[in-house]
Amino acid sequence: MKKIYGILGVFTVVFILTAIMSPSFLTPYNMERLILRTSLFGIISIGVAFVIITSGIDLSIGSIICLIGCGLPWLLVKMTVPLPLAILIVVTLSLLIGLVHGVLITKLKLQPFVVTLCGLLMYRGITRGFTGDQTQGFGKFFSELRWIGVGKVAVPGVPIDTFGIPVPFFLLLMVAILASIFLNRTIYGRYLLALGCNEQAARYSGINTDRMIILAYIICAAMAGLGGVLFILDGNSAQPVVLGNFYELYAIAAAVLGGCSLRGGQGTIIGVVIGTALMQVLRNMITLVDWIPTHIEYAVIGAVILAGVVADEVVKRISASRRAAASRL
Amino acid sequence: MSDSGQQQGLRTPEQSAEPPDLLRVCGVTKSFPGVKALKGVDLHLKAGEILAVIGENGAGKSTLMKILAGVQEYDEGEVLVDGLTVRFKGVEDAFDKGIALIHQELNLADNLDVAANIFLGREPRKAGLLDKARMRRESSSFLDRVGLKVSPDQIVSDLTIGHQQMIEIAKALSVDARVLIMDEPTSSLSQHETEQLFKVIKDLASKNVAIVYISHRLSEVRELADRVTVLRDGDNAGELFRQETTHDNMVRLMVGRDISKYYALEPRSHGAVALKVDKVRTIQNPKHALSFEIKSGEIVGVAGLVGAGRTEMLQTLFGVMPALDGSMEVQGHSVVIRSPIQAIQNGLALVPEDRKQQGLVLEMAVRENMSLASLGRDQNKGFLNHRREQDISREMVAEMKIKTPSDLQEVQYLSGGNQQKVVLGKWLAMKPRVLFLDEPTRGIDVGAKQDIYKLMEKLAEEGVAILFVSSEMEEIIGMSDRAIVMHEGKLTGTLMRDELTEESVMQLATGTQAKPISNN
Repeated sequence: MKKIYGILGVFTVVFILTAIMSPSFLTPYNMERLILRTSLFGIISIGVAFVIITSGIDLSIGSIICLIGCGLPWLLVKMTVPLPLAILIVVTLSLLIGLVHGVLITKLKLQPFVVTLCGLLMYRGITRGFTGDQTQGFGKFFSELRWIGVGKVAVPGVPIDTFGIPVPFFLLLMVAILASIFLNRTIYGRYLLALGCNEQAARYSGINTDRMIILAYIICAAMAGLGGVLFILDGNSAQPVVLGNFYELYAIAAAVLGGCSLRGGQGTIIGVVIGTALMQVLRNMITLVDWIPTHIEYAVIGAVILAGVVADEVVKRISASRRAAASRL
Repeated sequence: MSDSGQQQGLRTPEQSAEPPDLLRVCGVTKSFPGVKALKGVDLHLKAGEILAVIGENGAGKSTLMKILAGVQEYDEGEVLVDGLTVRFKGVEDAFDKGIALIHQELNLADNLDVAANIFLGREPRKAGLLDKARMRRESSSFLDRVGLKVSPDQIVSDLTIGHQQMIEIAKALSVDARVLIMDEPTSSLSQHETEQLFKVIKDLASKNVAIVYISHRLSEVRELADRVTVLRDGDNAGELFRQETTHDNMVRLMVGRDISKYYALEPRSHGAVALKVDKVRTIQNPKHALSFEIKSGEIVGVAGLVGAGRTEMLQTLFGVMPALDGSMEVQGHSVVIRSPIQAIQNGLALVPEDRKQQGLVLEMAVRENMSLASLGRDQNKGFLNHRREQDISREMVAEMKIKTPSDLQEVQYLSGGNQQKVVLGKWLAMKPRVLFLDEPTRGIDVGAKQDIYKLMEKLAEEGVAILFVSSEMEEIIGMSDRAIVMHEGKLTGTLMRDELTEESVMQLATGTQAKPISNN
């Protein structure tokens, strides 16, 4: 728990600063959008956190979002596939992608970076192929389904037109709670953390490390798939060439900000959620605050992440040397 | 020659008008935290001489060679080259004086070509760029000197191990080495490659290069060496000239020492056969099938020199690496073990050789390490059983006297002995029927050693069958009810408790004498 105080502090400071610098930041509509974006990115960030904990990486998240996000309306609208079947296809496909990644990485011993980089290229290419690079969307249809993406839940005493909690926020809450229980309360979560630190020792202790790593990639791809569905339900239409671009990097950055080490074995779900929220507030700040030019967004985000991990490393070293000194006494 | 002679045959070199020795070591000492690796070693070497340095594991050979090659500095004493005192601060200093060490594990950049490796770090340049033509030309001449017919353009990874060894020698010649130190150069060479190497060594010696040859293979030493210096416990144990280098003489000098009786083993009664290994072959030593039995309550030591295939045997039995063939029985039931998971299910446990890499998750707490193997057993429908985890961990910490502020301390902050106890505790929580221990007391202090010995005895009394690998002769002799000895992947014999002497173990470990395996 101590680990998240740092990121929580930074988040609070950035949040307050933005509120001071921009009068439109705290408006109900902006808050609604902020919560929505945090929810969508939070879900994919939690997914990639599992992979990062195994000391792996998944670069294909953005392209999976594109594949599923464009694939769903394409199936429903263009191919007129019945809704239950379309959902079945989308779910199976996401899980299958994760399974293939995991098997290639554990059984063929390919590097996660390479496998998922190829995924990044392939899934977007495939999507642009079967859609003919045309914009996909629901048009005026499937408004019940779209409620999952754009719906709002009223807060007592506040008119829903002014402010409502976006439905995806509840999905994030559910995913985060389940992920947290899985990581901290089940033996499988413990196995993931152990093998992320030292795969060999985990294997010598009788842990089926290959199976656990495959599971992590399946979770990651499944969350990316869910993210894809939510992004398209929220946006209604999307271009295959654009949807999900760079999202894997936002997800990885949020996980790292939230305390996941790319060396593996470390990370908390609550940290990842706060990390995501911090990223979204930053992006929001750059858009809203007049004197920050919008086009330097990447530079600001990059600098903040770098500062975050440097600070984290410095704190870690100080505490490590202190503890080492303490146990020598 | 008397058996009790501690310093027999240490002769002073001829003090005539001859030029000073090329290399001379006088009373060199070297200490590491907790150990005195060298206690005042002497050594001398003339140009063109082949000197073999032999000794048991841990006798100080490697430390001495590292000092001569500038890898480590010595504490006291003196090292002289051409009669002048030197103190190497680094490998380059040793190079300057013409001393080069060829490590047991080759140090080649095998993605680069032969010429690049020979000149690595000393590349000739022309206008700031690599002078490839000159590198190729000069490489060829060095390759000729070691009799290797490969192109300087060849990528090193495409060469056989034997050829790679020759590249190392060529590289040493390229720095004008006058003293070539070779540490177990034949350990991974074939018979033919070994013969080639010997030819090159003799040829170099005839051209006035002095060779220091370290080997466990006494037959090679006999064939090659003009003179043999024997080390024991960081000290000179004696010296043998060519005509005296019989196998018996060498072994006697290597071991001759009293076993301190600090292992008070009571004779124990053993139960039924707990583990039967039948014709198991490992990937590393496919030529030799391994067969033996251990009874419950029996402590069996596995002796042998470094590289005899003992670790590989344990890892194969534990399923880390699959066996090529053969079969195993645990308590009379035939078992198939192709992964550690299956090994654990069948009541086996392994305390591995490298505790930091294989035994522990250093960043995790004592408690989490302790429970890692038993989580699957103690789970509650997939959920962690925190209460049970805590109980077991506290019980083990108390029982094994693990010194830690709390069991939530990360194991990386514990001492080596306490870390090893955590690894042991992890397996004891599983109540194994057969416990494999690979170098259980390596690098830990005397007190913790005693604790681990006591624990082994207690487990044996409780009926656990224990198979432990150790490179410490005292430990093998002190702890074993029976010892099996390995030599180059082969089980060369079994020694019962009353037959266990350093000499009898050494005879089998160096492969000069075979004794049938008995399981009684």
